[in-house]
Amino acid sequence: MSASSTFALVRKDVHSELRTRYALNALIMFVVVAVATILFALRSDQPTSSVLAGLYWVVVFFTAMSGLSRTFVSEEERGTTMTLQLVATPSTVYFAKLIVNTALTFSLTIAVTVLYMTVFSDSFVIQTMSTFLVTVILGSLGFASASTIIAAIVAKANTRATLYPVLSFPILVVLLMTVMSATTKALDGEPFEGALGDFQILAGYILAMTGGSYLLFEYVWKE
Amino acid sequence: MTSVSLKLDGVSKEFNRRLIFRDVSISLQGGDTLAITGRNGSGKSTLVKILCGLLSPTRGTLMYALDGKDIEVDAIKDHIGLVSPYLQMYDEFTGLENLEVLSRIRADRNITGETIAEALKNVGLWDRRNDFVRTYSSGMKQRLKYAFAVLHRPGVLVLDEPTSNLDADGIAMVERCVREQRSHGMLIVATNDADEAIWCSQRVVLGDEKV
Repeated sequence: MSASSTFALVRKDVHSELRTRYALNALIMFVVVAVATILFALRSDQPTSSVLAGLYWVVVFFTAMSGLSRTFVSEEERGTTMTLQLVATPSTVYFAKLIVNTALTFSLTIAVTVLYMTVFSDSFVIQTMSTFLVTVILGSLGFASASTIIAAIVAKANTRATLYPVLSFPILVVLLMTVMSATTKALDGEPFEGALGDFQILAGYILAMTGGSYLLFEYVWKE
Repeated sequence: MTSVSLKLDGVSKEFNRRLIFRDVSISLQGGDTLAITGRNGSGKSTLVKILCGLLSPTRGTLMYALDGKDIEVDAIKDHIGLVSPYLQMYDEFTGLENLEVLSRIRADRNITGETIAEALKNVGLWDRRNDFVRTYSSGMKQRLKYAFAVLHRPGVLVLDEPTSNLDADGIAMVERCVREQRSHGMLIVATNDADEAIWCSQRVVLGDEKV
């Protein structure tokens, strides 16, 4: 694997995405619809910080499910998988797709945060910004690392649309519970140190998922 | 110019326990030419994918050597040019962008703007280089695959159904590619067309009990 190949593939994916909008349109539509639905449902209520944190990550989870699988599914559907297999090593493809998915998830969490802060300006107030930022960064990395390998697996299956969220939920449930806990602490104003345990779990999750995916990816990608 | 040789020893392939072919053994040196023929479904394209390192055999071994030194199958991809109905270019990029992007991903420093321009001129796509591939006809897409396959002057050129979708002018272009490849490297052609099989001096017929 060479860094120049990886970044050339990242650039290809970004240009391709900007031209086709395979994933972007799905992500934007889902975020807007999900946040609007939550707004209508909670119109007169004052939800607690744990409810808001839970809903925040539910939006991120389902939006990610609707968009992140596209990185591999689009290659498979267009028949360009073999082209990529010829010009890039499996590790190049894996890390390029991981970078693209991380960037997409991070942009997504920023968009959801801005929307939340606008729509729920009274109740979604981040009291410990450092905790929230670290949670969003580690959460995005965790989502991307799990989603990338799951997307590579489901791209080879016939029932892609249903398989992706079904496979993702059990793998992402630990991540979801941890980011919800850390986000609740950020909204409640707990000091940064109070969320260190959550961050350790998130870091461990990312390392295990990325390492395992890296080892597994060659077999998924080749066959 | 690097010299590539390959040895396929007792290779069989099964999909979901269905035998596609078995016990295929081939030995080729640089400059050799091989036609893979056989009825529909005999596994010609599957064997092509195995030869290109895109698929693992169920049994048997595939060994490549570069200048007499054994190398991993994955490492041979930089020395292979493939034209196949299963290989597609990116519709959302122009013909020129496709070759530029794929060369950058391959990180081949020998490929320059002039090399790409020459490849596009050789396949007759220079005038349409800035058009999106989605606007190309199937014959033009096939020509672009040839430009991509020969861009890095591969030691092994593998052609699966080489003249599909091509007009007479396109077939002449393929014949030029074949002549050029025979002059410096190995050529493998998977086909059912007798006119294409005669480009090669050796032949493997899949579907036979043992090859």
